[in-house]
Amino acid sequence: MSSAGGSPLSGAGSTTTEAVVVARDLTRTFGAGDTAVQALRGVSVDIEAGKLTAVMGPSGSGKSTLMHILAGLDKPTSGTVELAGTEITTLGDNDLTKLRRQHIGFIFQFFNLLPILDARENVLLPLTIAGEKPEDGWFDELIGQVGLGDRLKHRPAELSGGQQQRVAIARALVSRPTVVFADEPTGNLDSSTSGEILELLRKSVETYGQTTVMVTHDARAAAMADRILLLADGVIVRELPRSDAHEILMAIEELNRR
Amino acid sequence: MTRFALRGILGRKLRTVLTALAIVLGVAMVSGTFVLTDSIAKAFDAIFTEQYRGTDAVVTGKSAFVLTNNNTTAQPSFDESLLAKVRGLPDVRAALGGVAAQAHLIGKNGKAIVFGGAPNLGFSVDPSQPAFNSLSLVDGTWPKDSEVVVDRSTASKKHLHVGDTIGVQAQGPVVQFRISGLVKFGAVSTIGGATLAGFDLASAQSLFDKRGKLDDIRIAAKAGVSPGKLVAEVQEILPPETRVRSGSSQATSDAKDTNGFITFLQTFLLAFGGIALFVGSFVIANSLSITIAQRMREFATLRTLGASRRQVLASVIVEALVMGVVASLVGLFLGLALAKGLFKLFDVVGFTLPNNGLTFETRTIVVALAVGIVITLLASLRPAFRATRVPPIAAVREGAVLPPGRFARFRVVGAIATAALGFAGLLLGLFGHGLGTKGVLVLMGLGALLIFIGVALFASRLVRPLAVVANPVARWTVFILSVLAWPLFALPFWLLRFGAWGSSSTGKRALAFVGGAVLNPLLLVVALAMIVRKAATRWNPEWPAEFPGVLADHSATSIGSENSQRNPQRTASTAAALMIGLALVTLVATLAAGIIKPFEDAVNKIFTSDYAITAQNNFDPIPVSAARAAASTPGIDAIASVRGGDGRAFGSTIQVSAVDRSIGRVITIDWKNGSNTVFEALGANGAFVDDGYAKKHKLSVGSPIALLTPKGETLHLVLKGIFKPPTGGSPFGAVTISSSAFDAHYDQPQNLFSFVAMRGGVTDANTVALTNALKSFPNAKAATRDQFVKNQISFLKNILNILYVLLALSVVVSLFGIVNTLVLTVFERTREIGMLRAIGLTRRQTRQMIRHESVITALIGAVLGIILGLILGGLLTARVKEIVFVVPVTQLIVFTIASIFVGIVAAIFPARRAARLSPLEALHYE
Repeated sequence: MSSAGGSPLSGAGSTTTEAVVVARDLTRTFGAGDTAVQALRGVSVDIEAGKLTAVMGPSGSGKSTLMHILAGLDKPTSGTVELAGTEITTLGDNDLTKLRRQHIGFIFQFFNLLPILDARENVLLPLTIAGEKPEDGWFDELIGQVGLGDRLKHRPAELSGGQQQRVAIARALVSRPTVVFADEPTGNLDSSTSGEILELLRKSVETYGQTTVMVTHDARAAAMADRILLLADGVIVRELPRSDAHEILMAIEELNRR
Repeated sequence: MTRFALRGILGRKLRTVLTALAIVLGVAMVSGTFVLTDSIAKAFDAIFTEQYRGTDAVVTGKSAFVLTNNNTTAQPSFDESLLAKVRGLPDVRAALGGVAAQAHLIGKNGKAIVFGGAPNLGFSVDPSQPAFNSLSLVDGTWPKDSEVVVDRSTASKKHLHVGDTIGVQAQGPVVQFRISGLVKFGAVSTIGGATLAGFDLASAQSLFDKRGKLDDIRIAAKAGVSPGKLVAEVQEILPPETRVRSGSSQATSDAKDTNGFITFLQTFLLAFGGIALFVGSFVIANSLSITIAQRMREFATLRTLGASRRQVLASVIVEALVMGVVASLVGLFLGLALAKGLFKLFDVVGFTLPNNGLTFETRTIVVALAVGIVITLLASLRPAFRATRVPPIAAVREGAVLPPGRFARFRVVGAIATAALGFAGLLLGLFGHGLGTKGVLVLMGLGALLIFIGVALFASRLVRPLAVVANPVARWTVFILSVLAWPLFALPFWLLRFGAWGSSSTGKRALAFVGGAVLNPLLLVVALAMIVRKAATRWNPEWPAEFPGVLADHSATSIGSENSQRNPQRTASTAAALMIGLALVTLVATLAAGIIKPFEDAVNKIFTSDYAITAQNNFDPIPVSAARAAASTPGIDAIASVRGGDGRAFGSTIQVSAVDRSIGRVITIDWKNGSNTVFEALGANGAFVDDGYAKKHKLSVGSPIALLTPKGETLHLVLKGIFKPPTGGSPFGAVTISSSAFDAHYDQPQNLFSFVAMRGGVTDANTVALTNALKSFPNAKAATRDQFVKNQISFLKNILNILYVLLALSVVVSLFGIVNTLVLTVFERTREIGMLRAIGLTRRQTRQMIRHESVITALIGAVLGIILGLILGGLLTARVKEIVFVVPVTQLIVFTIASIFVGIVAAIFPARRAARLSPLEALHYE
């Protein structure tokens, strides 16, 4: 994917066969009456397989809300989301939980590791919860990839922020989910560590074709993405192909001037 | 700062309520105890005052020494000729003679009417002298010859009416009377479960085998004569075996036993209130500690804004104070309800107490409030001081931890020292010499208190190993309990929900709904409430719901198990509250088993014949004529009885027993000196004693024993034999003489037991024959050895049940403690739970996770409590000779399962809260 051509901005475009998450006409209103806030005002988007998609926008643009709805953590006021061929907006909590288990991995800003478990147990947690075992060799390979080999017996409290986020990335990848959602994955890290974490995310997309959606307001992070969606006031206002940080900042400046 | 503290309470309503409940229950127990005992005291007071209404002086028989209170010996009667002499005195306006004794009313089913252990009172009434009469007629007329008046509460309970014929059994076989009227006793609404039967004097005298005799003379003085003068005047003409007292001092004397009983009951119940409050103080201290750890940011922010340590301390203490006051007030009034409940409880276990309305004294209010508030404040001190140690920097630092207290490093040493001091106190109390009963109890109580505190402090070290052991136990028991509960709860609940809003054909849904309702109709209420709520509000029930399974999810439980170990201090404190209750329950069970086991052994050893004849209530003495009637049973081989009464020898009042010559044919005892021929050789002045008594008074065969009887005669006995009673005791008193000697010197001799040997042993035919022979003695019953043992220990079992119910209160308090800790924990781990839910933990798994943590905590408490209870029980049994150390295995298993149940119940609410957290909101929770 090198251009924005095939991607719908208005919902009228064609659905590519590679799309693993298809959202149509999403709206989301918080509260009611006078105090109602429209976080999303009609967003349609296809998340393509094997790509790193970045969602950018200023605070209050609705980028987090969009991610939460795509990941089945929140429900839209109207609109549909299809994930891995399943319409998820009508699912009950139980089915939704199982869908998350199977198809979704999460990376959080504050890592959210369980303090009582060591690194290894934290990585394996999604499989443990689902009552599964990792495929042969996959766990070791993953640990090699994220560079945690000598830290597996450590608890989160004994790990640095960057190491904790590596554990979180391995945890998101361990079940080979259909799509990984990363919510400000570098928001709580210093800049050099951020760089390493972003490299790692990029590598997982390139090496394993891991579909990833990343919400960020960091242009340097967005520069790692194959495709950048810019949100403002609850709508996708612009889409960029892979760009460098400078181009992204320019695009944002331009939006702000309008 | 005060306003800040109040805001803190209002802002955390749920936490405050859960914490306060611990105090509410303890205070309710204290206030309930006072209300109960004050009410009983007032009722008894009314009874005794009423009884001597219009009476200025009372003449009664006088025993040679103060009798024990075990019903075997009555005050001696005196000759009725005294009445005429009294009437002849110048200052006597009126005098009334009467007799009184036990009289059993015989119900329509041929059995004696007995309400629990309450007495069955028979007496003479004389309506011609209404001034003395404390009864008033509510229906019919006063009794004439062959008539009886019965109290109306017995009449209504047993459907007796005026004109009915009723059997009455006193000293001899049943006699039939016509009910001439129903009466009530003064203004007292119930006089316990006592039955009243009033007769005219002549009938009563013949029924009680007191012809020509009287038990009391009530005297009214002429106007202007003081009771003192009257008493002095009567005193002059009294024969030696009688005494006169003023009406009021007689009432006081009658009330003495009762007052002793009420004081005992009060202390006894207050002890349980104290235990509940002690457990409650653990719950409060723990809840406040957790809350303060969670509010560190808040305290730190206050400190950066310039609050001093003192102000932080004050804000926490004020918060505790307000909570203590409100909780104590609620507890105070809950105590009124509890008092009613206790009346019911004692009633149910056959211990009806007199009730004349509830009494609410000022003292009750003062003590209950003071105790509740002081305990809450004490429990809040440590957490409050810890709050002051929060540094201002914690306001800006992510993940700061509360600094350890100044004395944290001495914790283990302190814990061990406290427990050691406790054991020292306990041992001193148990084995020390020269301590009064009070001193022993105080030392033991304080010792146990210190042991509990010490173990609770040390328990954090034990959490990890115990959790590892408890984990599989918890998993398996919960699994088994789930399997048992599945068809009753899980399945029908699912079916009902499926029927209500499942997506299927109407037929299938209707079938499911009906099926669920049939399996557990009670759940129908819940389902209907859900349907109404769905219709009335915007609430939407969770559906589709997973089909219920029983197997706990391994990953959920292992996280739960890890969670229980991550804050050992917190788990330990939570478990310690349950530990206290369990330790006491275990102690009680161990002691009971230690009493019952040797008793059974003793019965099996001594009671070698086929049947025993006892009273229906198993402990009242029965008329000698019952055994005589039984002796005529066809097929009887031997029958011999044991009589009982009071006596005085070597300067102390003792139990005297008497045996028939042939007793050796129906029982077996170990002789130290002598053999079964002793029984036949007792004669008019022979006696035998047990080896303990012989040793104490340095007696050997041939030694003389001077025995004073209640009538004032001294029997000069010669010791003929010494026997060794088994650990569990024997049917004999300190000194045993022959029945013939006993009957010659004791009025109205009564049997405690009669033992019967039948040809062919225990057979249905023999049982029927013996029962038939006893037909005219409805208060007597024949029991086989097993039945006899069971009957004799049934009283103990009842007491045991009361103790269990009272201790259950402290277990309930600790249950709230677990609920509270879990709620606070869920609250603290909101973000973590959100993450788990996001990566795929289902609601059910979330619930299982919390439940497992709860069950493990409960099990840790149970294990610690049971071990501690066994140790305490072991120490006590080592001290008391009559009790052996027996581990009550069955009960311990029941207690463990009950604890697991406590864990499951405690987790219901917190687990639901955790499962309902929206993962999204939880993730963003700060």
